[in-house]
Amino acid sequence: MSIDIETARKVAHLARIRVEEAELEPLTHDFNAILGFIEQLGEVDVAGIEPMVSVTPMRLKRRDDVVTDGDQQARVLANAPDAREGFFAVPKVVE
Amino acid sequence: MMSDLPKMKIAEARDAMRRGELTSVELTEACLGAIDAADALNAFVHKTPEIALDQARQADERRKASEEAPALNGIPLGVKDLFCTRGVPSQAASKILDGFRPEYESTVTRQLFDNGAVMLGKLNMDEFAMGSSNETSTYGNAVNPWRRRQDDAALTPGGSSGGSAAAVAADLCLGATGTDTGGSIRQPAAFTGITGIKPTYGRCSRWGIVAFASSLDQAGPMARDVRDAAILLQAMCGHDPLDSTSADLPVPDFEAALTGDIRGKTIGIPREYHMDGIPDEIEALWAQGRQMLADAGAKIVDISLPHTKYALPTYYVIAPAEASSNLARYDGVRFGHRAKLAQGDGITEMYEKTRAEGFGNEVKRRVMIGTYVLSAGFYDAYYNRARKVRALIKRDFDEVFAQGVDAILTPATPSAAFGLGEMADADPVQMYLNDVFTVTVNLAGLPGIAVPAGLDGQGLPLGLQLIGRPWEEADLLNTAYALERAAQFVEKPARWW
Repeated sequence: MSIDIETARKVAHLARIRVEEAELEPLTHDFNAILGFIEQLGEVDVAGIEPMVSVTPMRLKRRDDVVTDGDQQARVLANAPDAREGFFAVPKVVE
Repeated sequence: MMSDLPKMKIAEARDAMRRGELTSVELTEACLGAIDAADALNAFVHKTPEIALDQARQADERRKASEEAPALNGIPLGVKDLFCTRGVPSQAASKILDGFRPEYESTVTRQLFDNGAVMLGKLNMDEFAMGSSNETSTYGNAVNPWRRRQDDAALTPGGSSGGSAAAVAADLCLGATGTDTGGSIRQPAAFTGITGIKPTYGRCSRWGIVAFASSLDQAGPMARDVRDAAILLQAMCGHDPLDSTSADLPVPDFEAALTGDIRGKTIGIPREYHMDGIPDEIEALWAQGRQMLADAGAKIVDISLPHTKYALPTYYVIAPAEASSNLARYDGVRFGHRAKLAQGDGITEMYEKTRAEGFGNEVKRRVMIGTYVLSAGFYDAYYNRARKVRALIKRDFDEVFAQGVDAILTPATPSAAFGLGEMADADPVQMYLNDVFTVTVNLAGLPGIAVPAGLDGQGLPLGLQLIGRPWEEADLLNTAYALERAAQFVEKPARWW
């Protein structure tokens, strides 16, 4: 299966990565090289095989549903590109 | 005149400090000097001399105060940039994390520091650990201290833990942390003539390590020999409640397991790892390794791992799929880079411009491939199919271990280190082939170790890989120790930097 430029454009948007028009064609070419490589998996007989969920059979640990952390607003915001009045600031989302 | 102290092995430095013949400050200062003289290697990308000397002084104080100093007391190490270290730049070699200084410490580095280790700085790597040559780093290439004979061409130290490998091989630090998602500890270790082990998935906590592909990522040590790798791994492992996939199992004494006695062990040689296009030198080295283990008293058996050829394509579905989810967090809101916005730009433009500016080409490619294989209509055909093939790859290993195989011997890489820039025009799949021998181990969650075993015709190091049973790193390290003793690899790169 190979993809076209329109599909590449759509995938870039889904991934929220801006791709300039001129870059779409080489990107499509790279995608197709990788997808061509992945196509080999179609040869494998996977009838009756369950998709792997966890590489090691283990029960994930559970812990008590209690507050163990918090009151660290300044540290949470310390690396924000834009923080105001104790919040992350972003461009207007709702008109 | 450069000091010889940074050439010491961890075990030697530890013992010398215990005997009172060496202080951590002396050793740390010598390493800092070696690092400053090695900028041409571009291995250390954030130097932390103040932290290092402070930790070294504390280690020396601790030693004075008590006979019972911790295992790594005063040992100077380098830390891969993928590990979050509190207050110190930690940016996974990505522009998108420019300026990020974590407010917390990764579990692995915290455990190393709790064991007395000294941090010399952060080490170069491929961006988000996506690469096999350290050429995708925002800091520029790390350079291999090894060169071909009569040839000044700069070679790759491998990747993604290229800075860690270069730093250990060039004697800038006594050991380093690495991480391995498809071969990122073992391939650079092999390219630089050092030892690197990726433990069983779940041995080392992933907490505080920038995530690439969470079902495959594992931390591990890179060191000058098997004993040093065992000492470092001991301190890095253990259960962590902050990582739900961290195994709540006792950690054995790895160093104590190094007897070199492998009589009666069964070593498997997988026939599918004889691949077209692999240089004769690597086949010959593999055959020598087989003979060395046989001479040490192991029983050698030919085995089959029939789904081997599907490991790389499986990896290149699963790893990008997980990466596309993990890297969704880089949105320009909470940390790192945010693009300058134009008048009228909304939140979608902020995401798209930030990620376009912040991610390099290989990262973008993988995030988009991952987005595609997870998208509606393709999820079953690609992602679910890959997870089924992954189950078959693991079953291949389960079956040979059930037949009594203790460890599997393979080459570590399909070539020696190649030139920086040499792969620039190749399509991405060519670069992916670097991991052909290592990636199966991540997909099956197994421990794997690369041990230097010889030089090729151009004077470059080549490594062999041993793959162990899950949770049996102690036994694997001992087999590696027997191989190391037989191979007697002592060559070092000639200093040109």
